[in-house]
Amino acid sequence: MQTIDLRGISCPTNFVKAKLALEDLEVGETALILLDDGEPVKNVPRSLKADGHKIVALKQSDDGHYVLELEKGEE
Amino acid sequence: MSDVKQTKIDLNNLKAGGFIKERGKDLFTVRLRVPGGRMSIPRLKRIAEVAEKFGGEFVHLSVRQSIELININFKDFDAVVEELGESAQKVASCGARVRVPVACGGCEYNPNGLVDTQKSALEVDEKLFGTPTGHHKFKVAFAGCPFDCPKSATNDVGFQGAVYPKLDKGACISCGLCAKNCVPGAIVMGEDNKPLFSDDPCIWCGDCVKVCPTGAWSEARRGYNVRIGGKWGRNPLVGTLFATFLPEDKAVAFIATVLEWYKQKAEGLGRIRLGDTIIKEGPQVLLDHLRTRFPEYIVAETIEPQRIATQVGIPA
Repeated sequence: MQTIDLRGISCPTNFVKAKLALEDLEVGETALILLDDGEPVKNVPRSLKADGHKIVALKQSDDGHYVLELEKGEE
Repeated sequence: MSDVKQTKIDLNNLKAGGFIKERGKDLFTVRLRVPGGRMSIPRLKRIAEVAEKFGGEFVHLSVRQSIELININFKDFDAVVEELGESAQKVASCGARVRVPVACGGCEYNPNGLVDTQKSALEVDEKLFGTPTGHHKFKVAFAGCPFDCPKSATNDVGFQGAVYPKLDKGACISCGLCAKNCVPGAIVMGEDNKPLFSDDPCIWCGDCVKVCPTGAWSEARRGYNVRIGGKWGRNPLVGTLFATFLPEDKAVAFIATVLEWYKQKAEGLGRIRLGDTIIKEGPQVLLDHLRTRFPEYIVAETIEPQRIATQVGIPA
């Protein structure tokens, strides 16, 4: 599974980078997206959901960042 | 004397106001009617042409979302009105009347918007614009969500979009995004790793509904929270809550009911705003009046519009 590391990248650059990275995936494929706590974890999952992708899970890692498991939706 | 030319102006154009005297001789500002601040591009082009032909070197974007043509000679009033295209672009109002409603972008393209404020602004503009109050100006604003960019509570009647959430626990995948997004702290994750909702801190912003990946959170109620009696200016007042979850299609009737009360209660009090009228009469009187028409949306009790201590000038 592909990992898209968006830690240390602020909004909305992180969301745009996620969109670009998702272009390389097939519909139905899943990816792990790493996000900082705070604004990134509030905004990015919501925007990806609005783009038609499916949020499978969200877990906080021990060092505080978030791991979003995402399934690519229809274009 | 026989060669003096008589200037002819259609005074009907001036009925609702919107032509405002400037400093210079013969010059006026023409305030255009732009409900909700939405302007089609062809209209914008037409306005630019008229401004270039009759006005000064710039236009002014007013605080209440109007475009104001500057330095218009009063002799050109009829030509300005005609060239703006009477059906497409009307002139706004000033004075003791219902003004053009202000609104945020609404919900069609703005991800925060909960209600269609643009539609509400157009309806109010169509039905109530220019109505003489008999007392003072009367301002209305529509905010699409509790972030409230239009500052609804500083208007005579201010509307704020709101959503009351409900949870389907079975559809929840325990991702915790709702709790993470809930700024007022109304949602926390419980011991079973499902969200726990407390009513009191919730500001009805609907963020939980928007962020929820599975639709476990959904809308139980949606509408406008209505605050009444606000104004800014020399002695500011913040409007207070009179109704919750008022359906969007009742906004016009609601404002008309407030107006009717204001016209009657402010009689004989001179040039007085709605908020000061409520302070004189007590908020309960208006609350009771509204309850007769909108029983299911009126709050049980409220407080009078709240004064802001500007520290300059002590109210008599």
